[in-house]
Amino acid sequence: MPDLPRKKIGLIACSGEELAEGTVTRRAVRKVLETLRPDDTVTLCLPLFLAGGEGERAFARHYPTIAVDGCDKRCAAQATEKYSAKPAASIVVTEIAKESGCGAIGTARRLNENGQRLAETIAEKIVEETDRLLKKKPRDAGRAAGREKR
Amino acid sequence: MNGTRRKIPVVPCSGIGKSLGAVAREAAFVLAEDLRPDKTKIVALSLLVLGDEGARREVAGREAVAIDGCKLECAAKGLACSGASNVHKVAVFDVVRRHRGLKPEGVCDLNEDGLRLARATADEAAKIVDNVDAEGGHA
Repeated sequence: MPDLPRKKIGLIACSGEELAEGTVTRRAVRKVLETLRPDDTVTLCLPLFLAGGEGERAFARHYPTIAVDGCDKRCAAQATEKYSAKPAASIVVTEIAKESGCGAIGTARRLNENGQRLAETIAEKIVEETDRLLKKKPRDAGRAAGREKR
Repeated sequence: MNGTRRKIPVVPCSGIGKSLGAVAREAAFVLAEDLRPDKTKIVALSLLVLGDEGARREVAGREAVAIDGCKLECAAKGLACSGASNVHKVAVFDVVRRHRGLKPEGVCDLNEDGLRLARATADEAAKIVDNVDAEGGHA
C-alpha cells in the first residue's frame, strides 16, 4: 500500500482582537490542537490567506476546514471561502454563548471564568465536528479524548 | 487643541501557532490599553483580511502601526492592502534580538518572559505613536 498522507482537519480561528469572543476562538482552537485532537488537527493562520500563504490556501483547498468565528461577521469562514474553499463546518461563538446564557466573558485581553468555560464548550463543539468530518467512531473519539487525562 | 483627532490604528498579527504571534497580540493590548489609550485603537486583522468596510475606513489613507510576530508580516501586509498611507512596522522577531535573555513560551497564556517581551515591544511601538502624533499624522 502506498503511504498516503493522513487526513487532517484545518482549524481557522478568527482571533478577533476587538472582541472577547475572538480570544475565545483562539483558546478553543489551541485546546483542540494541543490536547483534545492533536493527531487529527492543524491550525491555519487566517491572515496568511491575505498575506500570500500559499501553503495555507492549498491546505484549505484540499483538506476539510472548520472556521471558528467570534461574531456573526464570520471573518474566518468568509475569508477561507474567498481565498480557498468553503469550510466544511462553521462555529460562531456569539451564537453558542447566547444558547448557553453564559453571561459576561471578560475582555479580549483577559477572559474571566465564564470566558474560559465558554472556550471549553467551543472546544468540545470543534471536537464534535472534527470527529464527524473524520467519521470517527465514538470509541475512537473517546480514546483520543482520553489522552488529555494522562 | 483639537479634541476630535482620530486614534492611530494598531493592528497586531493574529498568529496562533507560535509564541511570538501571541507576544505581538499582547503588545497591542499593552499599547492600546495601558501605554497610549488616548492615542491608539486596535483594529482586528481578521476584519481587514475579510475586507470589512468599517475596518478599512479606520485605516485607509492613514498612518498605522503593525505589530508582527514573524517575517511574513501579515499585519503590515494587511494594512498595506487596506490602503494605509504609511505602515510603521514593529517586529517582535527584531525586538527579541534586543532582549536575548527573554525566552517567550505559550500561546494562549504567555509565560513571564513573553509578557516582558510584549511590554518591550509595546514600548517601542509607543515611541512610534508619539512621533506620528507629534507630526499630526493621525488627524
